[in-house]
Amino acid sequence: MTTASALSGIAASRGDTTWPAIACDDVTVRFISESRVVTALEKVSFAVAPGGFLSLLGPSGCGKSTLLRVVADLIQPSSGMMRVFGGTPEEARTARALGFVFQDAALLPWRNAIDNVSLPLEVGGGVKLGPNDPKPVDLLRLVGLSGWEKSYPHELSGGMRQRVAIARALLGGPKLLLMDEPFGALDEITRDRLNEELRRIWMETGTTILFVTHSVYEAAYLGEQVLVLSPNPGRVVECVDIDLPRDRDLSVRDTSHFVQLAAHLRGMLGRMHA
Amino acid sequence: MSIAAPLDPSLMAAESAFRAEQRRKALRRRIMPVIGIGSFLLLWAGLVYGLKVPPFVAPSPFAVAATLWAKAPMLFENLVPTMIEAFSGFMLGNLSAILIATAFVYKKSLEEAFFPVIVIINTIPVVAKAPILVLLLGNGMEPKIAIAALICFFPTLVNMVRGLQSVNPQAMELMRVLSASQREIFFKLRLPNSLPYLFSALKIAASTAVIGAIVGEWIGSTVGIGALIIQATYAFDSALLYATVIVGSCFSVAFFLLITLIERLTLRRHGPAAQ
Ligand SMILES: Nc1ncnc2c1ncn2[C@@H]1O[C@H](COP(=O)(O)OP(=O)(O)O)[C@@H](O)[C@H]1O
Ligand SMILES: [Mg+2]
Repeated sequence: MTTASALSGIAASRGDTTWPAIACDDVTVRFISESRVVTALEKVSFAVAPGGFLSLLGPSGCGKSTLLRVVADLIQPSSGMMRVFGGTPEEARTARALGFVFQDAALLPWRNAIDNVSLPLEVGGGVKLGPNDPKPVDLLRLVGLSGWEKSYPHELSGGMRQRVAIARALLGGPKLLLMDEPFGALDEITRDRLNEELRRIWMETGTTILFVTHSVYEAAYLGEQVLVLSPNPGRVVECVDIDLPRDRDLSVRDTSHFVQLAAHLRGMLGRMHA
Repeated sequence: MSIAAPLDPSLMAAESAFRAEQRRKALRRRIMPVIGIGSFLLLWAGLVYGLKVPPFVAPSPFAVAATLWAKAPMLFENLVPTMIEAFSGFMLGNLSAILIATAFVYKKSLEEAFFPVIVIINTIPVVAKAPILVLLLGNGMEPKIAIAALICFFPTLVNMVRGLQSVNPQAMELMRVLSASQREIFFKLRLPNSLPYLFSALKIAASTAVIGAIVGEWIGSTVGIGALIIQATYAFDSALLYATVIVGSCFSVAFFLLITLIERLTLRRHGPAAQ
């Protein structure tokens, strides 16, 4: 696929593809405000292989967004080490190896769909697209929005806005896609559809995905692994392997194996509130 | 797609009824203000004639209309300086407000130091600021422009600061993930985000700049709408007074509509929430 060929990134330039996409080692994040100290993450360790798909599951307030922000170089850990493709998060950010999708699509309301997708070309030195790299219009097609290029965000539904945000994050073929509850505000039908399409996009592009959710079903359906976090302070409870077929559609959720996995995950979340 | 489904006649009837209702409403929106203005003028004329109000107290609408017609060149001559003052003051006041708002957003300490000063100056009423500025700047157009500028300044400053700051925090994080420079964040995010806020302040400023210029002309001025208002009052020429006021308001309304038009054109893309 054209997008896969665009994945010229840090690992390739180092002539070494053996680095994990993410290596998180004993990362602790503390927020100090006037009144108190919040330990958002405590000694969190995990790794994601290149091309992997990790779901981050946990109740709200357990530090999922904080963890994503550390990977994206938006905050520094108080202690511990975060490596992205063998380098620092800052190196990954400046090399444009990261795409970020937020819960609120965070589109610029004065730009139409195609101009929103093009934003990464205009700022921060700009992504340089090669002749074979997917153009914004190709990415809008990839996310199923052909014909909506000229529409403004207020003319699009919530699901369509989120698709635009995904297309924008995919521009330049990032090696790592960070998604913070991107479908959390959508209705269940739209969310199911986008879950299926995200799996398809992941398989087509070969990009690594770190996906935050507080839905057990979304976590298990999407991820190759699910990292379960507990709150106060945010700690890793378990990293569950999701041994479902790689080429799966939503009907996999009706299989007994999926039901068992989901029950296992739900059990862990249930014990947190006990 | 090419074969049209046969239309349900009851549906068509409902649709044409709906259309007729829409037309009736549109017509009513046009006619009602005309009826309102007409009855106001009638009431005015009725009161002046019925109560035999002397012409030095209040004129009849017909006397005002006659004055507007007869003295049109003179009224226009006096409108020109007021227009220049209001427009220059508008530009000066709003441009400095925009620049200072930008400085405040990027240097918090500037805002902390100078915002209180600006608030204090803003609490002085225009009628009190006017003589001070006339003493400072003399009898020309300068003090009027300064007053018009001062009166525009504060609402635009406050709105512009809010518009530049109230950026979607996730859009801000996106810019940081994209390694955008401060300059790019300003021109691609903060400035476009502030435009709806800026225009709602500019619409207020369009009317207040005219008020500022007129109040400035009340003090030691021989030309302008403000000066004419004072002269007509002292001469008990109520018809001229009313005609002058009408000319001033027409200018004010036209200025407001001009800004509204520019707003429409500029914010076309911002979506319905922005307007
Ligand atoms: N910038 C911040 N300043 C202070 N506390 C914060 C900040 N960001 C997050 N927190 C706190 O850290 C904890 C984890 O937050 P977050 O990562 O947003 O959780 P989640 O995304 O799992 O809901 C929460 O208790 C939150 O209040
Ligand atoms: Mg969160």
